[in-house]
Amino acid sequence: MTRKRRRLNFIILGLLTLGVAAALVLTALEDKIVFFYSPTDIVTKKQIPTNQQVRVGGLVKEGTWKKPTNDLTHRFTVTDLRHNIPISYKGIIPDIFREGQGVVVLGKLQADGNFQADEVLAKHDEKYMPPEVAEALKKSGKWKQTEDAK
Amino acid sequence: MIAEIGQFALILALVIAIIQGTLPLAGAALNRAQWVAVAKPAARGQFLFVIIAFLCLMHAYVTSDFSVANVAHNSHTLKPLLYKISGVWGNHEGSMVLWVTILALFGLAVAEFGTGLPPTLRARVLSIQGLIGVAFLAFILFTSNPFLRLDPAPLEGNGLNPILQDPGLAFHPPFLYLGYVGFSMAFSFAVAALIEGRVDPAWARWVRPWTLAAWCALTIGIALGSWWAYYELGWGGWWFWDPVENASFIPWLIGTALLHSAVVVEKRDALKSWTILLAILAFSMSLLGTFLVRSGVLTSVHAFASDPERGVFILGLLVFVIGGSLTLYAIRAPQLKGGGLFAPISREGALVLNNLLLTTGAAVVLLGTLYPLILDAFGGGKVSVGPPFFNATFVPLMVPVMLAAIVGAMLSWKRADIGAVFSRLKIAFYITLIAISVTAWFAGSLRDVLAAGGIGIAAWMIVGSALEIAERIALFKGPISNSWRRAIGLPRSAWGMAIAHGAVGIMVAGITASSAWRVEKIQLMAPGDVITVSGYSLKFEGAKPIKGPNYHGERGLFTVTKNGKAVTTLTPEKREYPAERSQTTEAGILTMVSGDLYAVLGDKSKNPAKGGASWSTRIYFNPLVAWIWVGAILMACGGLVSLTDRRHRIGAPKTARKPAKKAADPQPGPVSA
Repeated sequence: MTRKRRRLNFIILGLLTLGVAAALVLTALEDKIVFFYSPTDIVTKKQIPTNQQVRVGGLVKEGTWKKPTNDLTHRFTVTDLRHNIPISYKGIIPDIFREGQGVVVLGKLQADGNFQADEVLAKHDEKYMPPEVAEALKKSGKWKQTEDAK
Repeated sequence: MIAEIGQFALILALVIAIIQGTLPLAGAALNRAQWVAVAKPAARGQFLFVIIAFLCLMHAYVTSDFSVANVAHNSHTLKPLLYKISGVWGNHEGSMVLWVTILALFGLAVAEFGTGLPPTLRARVLSIQGLIGVAFLAFILFTSNPFLRLDPAPLEGNGLNPILQDPGLAFHPPFLYLGYVGFSMAFSFAVAALIEGRVDPAWARWVRPWTLAAWCALTIGIALGSWWAYYELGWGGWWFWDPVENASFIPWLIGTALLHSAVVVEKRDALKSWTILLAILAFSMSLLGTFLVRSGVLTSVHAFASDPERGVFILGLLVFVIGGSLTLYAIRAPQLKGGGLFAPISREGALVLNNLLLTTGAAVVLLGTLYPLILDAFGGGKVSVGPPFFNATFVPLMVPVMLAAIVGAMLSWKRADIGAVFSRLKIAFYITLIAISVTAWFAGSLRDVLAAGGIGIAAWMIVGSALEIAERIALFKGPISNSWRRAIGLPRSAWGMAIAHGAVGIMVAGITASSAWRVEKIQLMAPGDVITVSGYSLKFEGAKPIKGPNYHGERGLFTVTKNGKAVTTLTPEKREYPAERSQTTEAGILTMVSGDLYAVLGDKSKNPAKGGASWSTRIYFNPLVAWIWVGAILMACGGLVSLTDRRHRIGAPKTARKPAKKAADPQPGPVSA
């Protein structure tokens, strides 16, 4: 086997691997990624899919967190200080979850405008603000207020 | 005073690193032996001053010197000593000091043990190490100074995030950094070889042990991190395909590919320029990982507060290191003529396949990790890429790697008879089929069919590796004493490989079973309530207040029975750390070979119907989950066994200089094939 022939073999094998990987990645990018929306997006844009998982982020509105009484459903409102989205989540809420803090939830928007969360993502660090939430607050023009409020 | 000494030591280390990064490099190019000779004392000096700085910072933590801002922000007098020490690297500034400390340690190791290297190569390697040191020391001094004073000093510190106050996480960063920084050795050797324009088997014999050591440390580091996430975060999961996790996994994948391709350079003098490229990529990915974690450009469950200025600095460094080394590679690599030719069906061919798939896998993980950034930059909206993406793309790429690993290990170099190998693997093939059928028999849905495939791969890896060893020591083919003698005579690298490959199988079994057959139950429980999970009955006895050194909280008590017999008690806790104003969950876990019983205590709520209070609780049964970490540790053990191989010791004449060791060492025999 000549050096050239060997190199050709490698190139073919390499292209084949890359081709398979590209096919896998492209199909996965079609339906396996999750979009993020701010409460304003959800209220103002009407075409948010209800059959697909999406993420919603903002601040947990003060005074809205209702802890479960006899089932395990937590209810709270996520706000970007312009619009609000009511969230319900069945399960155990993460340790760092608190009113007035940034939060991102993963779940599905219901037809009635409620949001059913499958996961509540809280961070290790209480000083941390999810970038999406910061962005959503900046977009709604309320970023300064939350900073001042602190 | 001590803090100022630390700061001053860092500045001196920077000055020495600048000298170390320039003089020997210039000396090697201009043929000035005196300049070249600077490398060794400079590496020693750099280590000395960096370790002084590191110890000064540790002193500030241990004595709770809150006049140092870093300590005030991240420590507390009530914290146990272990976490005062681990607090040194539990924050950005300190972790960077740990980074350069390990870097300087590796530099010292080359200076001390590298006496067998050609002097110019050693000088160049140390110079490249010096330049990396310059970059990171400057980064620390200009953007993340750990020794900044706070005036007036507060009476009490803010404390370390309690979730990080954990033995698993105390040792996670040092191991991770040993891995990351260890790859800088392969990188420095690669760049030095490119400058020299020469790569030979001796070069690979030098690079491989460093890579192997770094890889072992990284394996342990990732395993510790995943184990910690499993028991501390209270979600019962152990890997979330989170950007921060991926940031450590990508260098691991490239490092794994590098380990395998370096064997080809060493044994067959082929795949040289590819191996150089992998060495560059492994370290580049480590830097990228550091950037992703420290800049906060990605949303992550593990994200920490971060500073964009630092991100820009590391990004600049990244562009310089990756751009510079790849440019050098583009100029010099064509000169590296390959040596031995080989047929596609051969050990080399199998290793090429391994490399292609592992690097493609790494590329896919990298793409998935960066995709949200890329899409956002082009105004495509905010997205996140999670487990479904990686399961659909990465896993299919790894299946052929694992199937081929066993076959490849039995192929001979240069040209192999694959039919003969298949017939030698007959037993492994049958056992795999049995494993798949039995698993599929007990299950029904599509998910279970895929899981049966996973169990099949696990069986294939474990049995195949065992078979390989059994064959090489002629087990059952003669007197056992003969096999024993052969087992002892077998090169350690062969043992290492079989252990590591078998360990992958153990890990795959754990991953498959714990993701396919995990049972989760969430409910409200009042004292006296019983819940049954996977045949285990858990009776909730209630929860009592507890008090620790720097926290208070509640401890729940579950008595676990199976078929009426007492098994154990589980005591999950919910802790409140007043200093840090945060809460943590401590899961109650019973680890068994068959799986983990995992209990989490949630919020207390009023429940008048049940005469008082009830708690939300979450109980999991995670089948075979412990196998994941046992597999990972065994994998690292395989690497360590391979590291003790005789041929790696031949390359290190340091042992020959120690008379005591020389006596214990057998005469270096012919290099074992």
